[in-house]
Amino acid sequence: MELKQQAVAGTTESSDIMVTIDPVGGDTVEINLESSVEKAFGARIREVIEQTLANLGVTGVCVTAIDKGALDCTVQARTIAAVYRAAGKDGEFDWKEIDAWNA
Amino acid sequence: MFMPGANPAMLRDAGLYGADSLMFDLEDAVSIKEKDTARALVHFALKTFDYGNCETIVRINDLNTVGKLDIDAVVRAGVDVIRLPKTECAQDVIDADEVITEVEKACGREVGSTGIFAAIESAEGVLNALSIATASPRVCGIALGAEDYVTNLKTFRAYGDNMQLYFAREMILHAARVAGVAAVDTVFSDVDNMDGFRAEVEHIKMLGFDGKSVINPRQIPVVNEVYAPSEKEIQKSKEIVWAAREAEEKGLGVVSVRGKMVDKPVIARAERTITLAKASGLIGEEDL
Amino acid sequence: MALNKVGREIPDTYAEQFGVFGSEFENVKPFNAAVHTVNPSKPGESKLLDSIHDAIVKTGIKDGMTISFHHHFREGDYVMNMVLDEIARMGIKDISIAPSSIANVHAPLIDHIKNGVVTHITSSGLRDKLGAAISSGIMDEPVIIRSHGGRARAIERGDIHIDVAFLGAPCCDEYGNANGFEGPSACGSLGYALMDADYADQVVLVTDNLVPYINTKISIPQSKVDYVVKVDAIGDPKGIAKGATRFTKNPKELIIAEYAAKVMMASPYFKEGFSFQTGTGGASLAVTRFLREGMIEQGVHASFALGGITNSMVELLDEGLVGAITDVQDFDTPSGASLARNATHLEIDASMYASPLSKGAMVNRLDMVILSALEIDTDFNVNVITGSDGVIRGASGGHCDAAAGSKMAIIVAPLIRGRIPTVVDKVTTVVTPGSSIDVLVTEVGIAVNPARTDLIEAFKDLKVPQFTIEELRDRAYAIVGKPEPIKFGDKPVALIEYRDGTLIDAVYNCA
Repeated sequence: MELKQQAVAGTTESSDIMVTIDPVGGDTVEINLESSVEKAFGARIREVIEQTLANLGVTGVCVTAIDKGALDCTVQARTIAAVYRAAGKDGEFDWKEIDAWNA
Repeated sequence: MFMPGANPAMLRDAGLYGADSLMFDLEDAVSIKEKDTARALVHFALKTFDYGNCETIVRINDLNTVGKLDIDAVVRAGVDVIRLPKTECAQDVIDADEVITEVEKACGREVGSTGIFAAIESAEGVLNALSIATASPRVCGIALGAEDYVTNLKTFRAYGDNMQLYFAREMILHAARVAGVAAVDTVFSDVDNMDGFRAEVEHIKMLGFDGKSVINPRQIPVVNEVYAPSEKEIQKSKEIVWAAREAEEKGLGVVSVRGKMVDKPVIARAERTITLAKASGLIGEEDL
Repeated sequence: MALNKVGREIPDTYAEQFGVFGSEFENVKPFNAAVHTVNPSKPGESKLLDSIHDAIVKTGIKDGMTISFHHHFREGDYVMNMVLDEIARMGIKDISIAPSSIANVHAPLIDHIKNGVVTHITSSGLRDKLGAAISSGIMDEPVIIRSHGGRARAIERGDIHIDVAFLGAPCCDEYGNANGFEGPSACGSLGYALMDADYADQVVLVTDNLVPYINTKISIPQSKVDYVVKVDAIGDPKGIAKGATRFTKNPKELIIAEYAAKVMMASPYFKEGFSFQTGTGGASLAVTRFLREGMIEQGVHASFALGGITNSMVELLDEGLVGAITDVQDFDTPSGASLARNATHLEIDASMYASPLSKGAMVNRLDMVILSALEIDTDFNVNVITGSDGVIRGASGGHCDAAAGSKMAIIVAPLIRGRIPTVVDKVTTVVTPGSSIDVLVTEVGIAVNPARTDLIEAFKDLKVPQFTIEELRDRAYAIVGKPEPIKFGDKPVALIEYRDGTLIDAVYNCA
């Protein structure tokens, strides 16, 4: 998916994560995570974000995420929503494809 | 129980509070800017969380805005029922039915497995209640949405005096009974007024409604309590149901309890009481 | 490393010094009580001093001494900072402090530690910034975490010897008769301070409310007091009332509370003359409310209620549902006021509350107690001291004391907090051994300790979902995933004493 602009999804309320997607070009994927559960789940959250970006075919991106204890499914939902926004396709999710990743 | 589809913590905890059905709202409780993110959250919530025996419902947006995207997201995620907002006429139901059928086919769900719950929130909708309730075999229930309805009538809600809702409630009840679907009453927004809430639940139970929409977990025990039959009612119903079964086994046309003949509607009511008692955990499955 | 009976490894040097935890009552045996120095007063001598500085000079505080404080002012305490600032200014070093607990407001301690003024700490707990600093390893000597009963025992047995106690006194006369229930910094019971008044070599009362001699309501008597210092303020009323919790509207806490009350009422202990303790968290307070309804409905009265006291308990006393309150600490203004006015509301010291070595602690007479947990594991061991990141942020309080003494200890806790599971394979730090814990109550249902076959039988018709604790752990992990184990360093930063003085766990530094 091609990123066109910066986009944000999510909040910093408890059990949520705010994901900011910045298109930076090239083929790097950079993830900056600040998490209230860093020690227990930081690695897992990075893995979910990274996997979701890979599934969406997104590169050349810098992700800034502020996590307040979001579960994996919330991390996924927020990342996908932010990427779709960054691609200018707000909310037009391709569920057939997305559901296939998790199958 | 109603809850906003945009709140991850509420989606996670929704199953805890003893509601019979959970309604995730993508419509009024979600701001116009967050329709997309809430849609994604609810999709993943439905796919991820174990809501046990709770029925899952999603209130979608108007089909003319993003309602179709909502249906696509939640039908694929396995929602039990789609709640249509502001249903005005039978065509609204038919349109939604078509979209749902399309998605069911596309994702391999059994066609017809997703129910429709039509919320009636205007004078037009109230007058069309029967045609709405019978517009599609998917319709499993109709409900009054009083906030928009009273605005449409140019009045307002005043708790304690229910006259302004009386006509709509009766229309919806009658339509539901004719169509053979559930009738559910509107929400009570003042969550701190527990006495007022209880009085309203008692009132709508007496009218004949099958249930009440709630917006806070604290309201649930009240509904369950009001709807739970008393021990006396249960005992009486048990006797009637036993007698009816015995009569059926013996091939008798007439059912009598303690020497009195019992009519068919009385038996039906007793059966309903037993079902409610089981649902409320007052009697076990093995009791009858 | 020495392995103790809850499977925790204790560094050898400390294992030799303290002993390691074996079982709850094996060290409850006769002992010789600690002695302390007494400096008698003669007629005509004044105890009144002008400043904290003068008190430090008069009491002769010098390098290496131990001084103590009480924590009845909680987040509103001015006394400990005031005294330590002055000690630092006077160039005194290597001080051991033995407050009954430490709050967020005591963050200035961090500088005193870094500057070598404070080198040893024992406390019930550590909060936010100080907890994080201690966990990062700023002290050479580990903090000794003691429960309220454990601190009382340590003082009685001489494990803690207090050279000078600085005790905030909300209402005090010039000769040292003091109470906690009057004045701008009123806090109610002075239960923890009474220990220090009994055993310290010198006792300094610090007051902002000097009343004419003789103050007739006496919690700390003149016969135990060396000096009285008048200052502008000893506490901030807002911070003192921080313990006050409003009745919760959180539906999850209400479910937990309702289940807990049902467990209490279905137990064999719920009968005329029973006794109980509930804490101060949102769910605990709500338990009291639900229990009250049950008591009225069934016509059951309690003989006494124990513990840290809140207004909800006082209401039960006023309604005649509870015969007496035995009170070591008050969390809100109404409960302090009740202590002053009610003849059946009794102020007790920490020894009478919870010491395993007293001739009769109230916890020994307790039927049921409601306790909280940051974590509980499948052996029912409870952690109330370290967070999910391994950092010290809680307090031992009376947790292990009430759990050991009571006939039924109930833990109330949500299954998960945000993404952090409460029910886990192994708690980060053991404060209370699982052998003391009988029932866990969560919002999804309860788990009874399998050792309590009698309770399992008693609850077989209880209309609350019941699980094994392993099932509850699995449910928690199914929602949040299994957390990664915390990586600790190899420097012990805190030793967790069991109430009998043996070590039940050690906390290491966090990178």
